[in-house]
Amino acid sequence: MSMKILVGCKRVIDYAVKIRVRPDKMGVVTEGVKHSMNPFDEIAVEEAIRMKEAKKASEVIAVRCYSTIQQETLRTALAMGADRAIHVEVPAKDCENLGPAQVSKVLAALARREGASLVLLGKQAIDDDSNATAQMTAAHLDWPQATYASKVSSCDGKLTVTREVDGGLETVEVSLPAVVSADLRLNEPRYATLPNIMKAKKKKLDKLSLGDVGVELRQHLAVVAVSDPPTRQAGVTVDSVDSLIEALRHAGRI
Amino acid sequence: MNNSITNQLRCALQYKNGYMNKLLKQTSTALFSSINSNLVVNDKSKLVSNPLFQSKGPSLCSTPALFLHKSQLHVSNCCAGQPLTQLNEDEIMLKESVRRFCSTSVAPLVSSMDEAASLDQGILKGLFDNGYMAIETPPEYGGSGLSFFASILTIEEIARFCPSISVVCDLQNTLLNTLFLKLGTEEQKNKYLPKLASEFTGSFCLSEAEAGSDAFALRTTASQDGNNFIINGTKMWISSAPHSGVFLVMANADPGKGYKGITCFIVDANTPGLTVGKKENKLGLRASATCEVHFDNVVVPRCNVLGEVGQGYKYAIEMLNEGRIGIGAQMVGLAQGCLDATVPYLLNRKQFKQPLYSFQVRTTLPFPSCSTASRSNSRSTASRYELPSPSFPAQPQADQTAALQLPGTNYPPLPFLLNRKLIKQPLYSFQCAEVATRVTSKCVELLGGVGFTKDLPVEKFYRDCKIGTIYEGTSFIQLNTIGKIVGMEYTRDAV
Ligand SMILES: Cc1cc2nc3c(=O)[nH]c(=O)nc-3n(C[C@H](O)[C@H](O)[C@H](O)COP(=O)(O)OP(=O)(O)OC[C@H]3O[C@@H](n4cnc5c(N)ncnc54)[C@H](O)[C@@H]3O)c2cc1C
Repeated sequence: MSMKILVGCKRVIDYAVKIRVRPDKMGVVTEGVKHSMNPFDEIAVEEAIRMKEAKKASEVIAVRCYSTIQQETLRTALAMGADRAIHVEVPAKDCENLGPAQVSKVLAALARREGASLVLLGKQAIDDDSNATAQMTAAHLDWPQATYASKVSSCDGKLTVTREVDGGLETVEVSLPAVVSADLRLNEPRYATLPNIMKAKKKKLDKLSLGDVGVELRQHLAVVAVSDPPTRQAGVTVDSVDSLIEALRHAGRI
Repeated sequence: MNNSITNQLRCALQYKNGYMNKLLKQTSTALFSSINSNLVVNDKSKLVSNPLFQSKGPSLCSTPALFLHKSQLHVSNCCAGQPLTQLNEDEIMLKESVRRFCSTSVAPLVSSMDEAASLDQGILKGLFDNGYMAIETPPEYGGSGLSFFASILTIEEIARFCPSISVVCDLQNTLLNTLFLKLGTEEQKNKYLPKLASEFTGSFCLSEAEAGSDAFALRTTASQDGNNFIINGTKMWISSAPHSGVFLVMANADPGKGYKGITCFIVDANTPGLTVGKKENKLGLRASATCEVHFDNVVVPRCNVLGEVGQGYKYAIEMLNEGRIGIGAQMVGLAQGCLDATVPYLLNRKQFKQPLYSFQVRTTLPFPSCSTASRSNSRSTASRYELPSPSFPAQPQADQTAALQLPGTNYPPLPFLLNRKLIKQPLYSFQCAEVATRVTSKCVELLGGVGFTKDLPVEKFYRDCKIGTIYEGTSFIQLNTIGKIVGMEYTRDAV
């Protein structure tokens, strides 16, 4: 089977880091802060690799668009088992404004360029929590989409995807080519073993410019201000259900 | 309240910066530039983590990145130009993957393995599957072909979670694989290295009941019988023995020659006459098995001699020199893991309406330890370059000077010593064990009651760390060596 899978690998502030707002209130502090691959993207990479291992896919291509600094996200994907990687370079000044609207265009262009039949993305990135890139990519490509996947199986040019929705699980079938976004319970991503880290060094990492993929980035949104959520008031401990009810009444909650 | 923490931090930083400045002043420009040129000339050295002499020079003294506790790696990863430990991309990835393996697979079992005094087989398998048991072994023998530095990094990172697992990995990489790699015939390498990479541990058998520090007093004999040797004797304290598929056994093939008869033999675990005996019930490092191993008329063919007959004592000395750096890394990782478990608690728990962390005594106590740990940490990484490279004199020198002058260390700076390659391993090993002893002991005290219980891993680190002053040469023996070299220095130069 010759299905090529494109997987998105965003580099985000590590989930364990305490986020701090920048003094100018135009963003969060990123310098000197640990970054890693967006956890949902890791799940997407894992799923793609599993499809390749199950001979359902021919090639897994990890992609990322950002400025040139820090390739380790793609290297990690390669060490996990992706076959090659593409880095679409975005001028540093434009990186601040890189959101789903821009990235989805790049991904769509890459999917066409590479002749991919599946774009597998994390359902959202844990930094901006937009949860929109997969949907927009599908729209640009005019491909079917299956979001929040908790299970994916493929057969005869079709994917059967179990989706986690509010009421429970929903199973949909999409024909390929398609866009799928990975939810938390899709799989447990592997981590790179030493031999694979070494093998990854020999894998190809192509750099493309926005011009190469024929995309021009436009900015549609402007950040007005970024602020901390209001600090939570300290709680109180109550000793019985009665006093709990009393306290809630007192606070006007019930 | 928060302010007071900030102030404490600031004080500690100033204190530390003052110290760093002093150090830099003492270091001549010439040394400085020779270090930098070293960094360029020797391609290996780009891996070097030299906290003082990144190419930025003295301006770096004011960076908070020097103030490590938890995430020196992350800091170094991101503060371009101001790293504490400069790791390259592969090493960051390596360290990251080791950490993930440990936090998902090892951490949940640490306490139960300690309690049961047994090594979880799943973890052992994980060590093999992830490539941690054959870090330097070349790919043609099933390893990753990485550097000694990578082994040290791995050992250190595992020790943050579980020193017992760390020693299993340490011995495999720094003793077993290395001995085979350096001394093995092509046949021996082909036979054993792939298995040591994927299947079983190996054990290094030197110590005996009558031969501990005085290792060459060993009484195990290997008498020649045609094309075979027949080994008789009992080895003590042999790590990993129950899981090992192969034993490297130091035995005397010619007792008439004294220690010059000591020879290293490769003995398969299933050889008739070899039995693994009693497992010691230990204070710490409980998950790593330590056993007696008996050799009762064990017949091995001549082709099972590793290296040359009668050279065993040399191999043992050389290997343990390198091995000690692994033990040092283990101690540093252990101290770091102990701090990781301590500081968050101190920040959270309040007494007298303030976090414990904010009390003067509590902040002044751990910080010297902290920084000592961090310094040793970078030393452990830098130590890679102390070993094989006569072409590399200047770089570790500065680092070691730093080590000798650390606050809280009672030893005076003796920079002249550092020209002597010989002294570095004992010094390093000794100091890392001291750091771990001090940090773990203070952490228990800082935590109060909870530190004394098994609710936190700190009491376990406190027990585990004692081994650092014992195996691969006790601290007193290291001091003997250091003292001997100091003495030689004064006799020679008549200062
Ligand atoms: C957990 C564990 C794992 C081990 N694993 C292995 C292994 O895999 N393979 C192996 O071969 N061995 C192993 N050993 C053995 C270890 O290397 C020895 O215990 C160590 O070398 C010390 O020897 P000893 O216990 O006989 O102490 P001794 O030599 O009896 O020393 C007792 C005390 O006397 C001091 N002392 C002795 N001689 C002098 C001197 N000349 N000057 C000053 N002080 C001196 C020592 O410093 C120490 O304080 C292990 C030990 C332990 C505890």
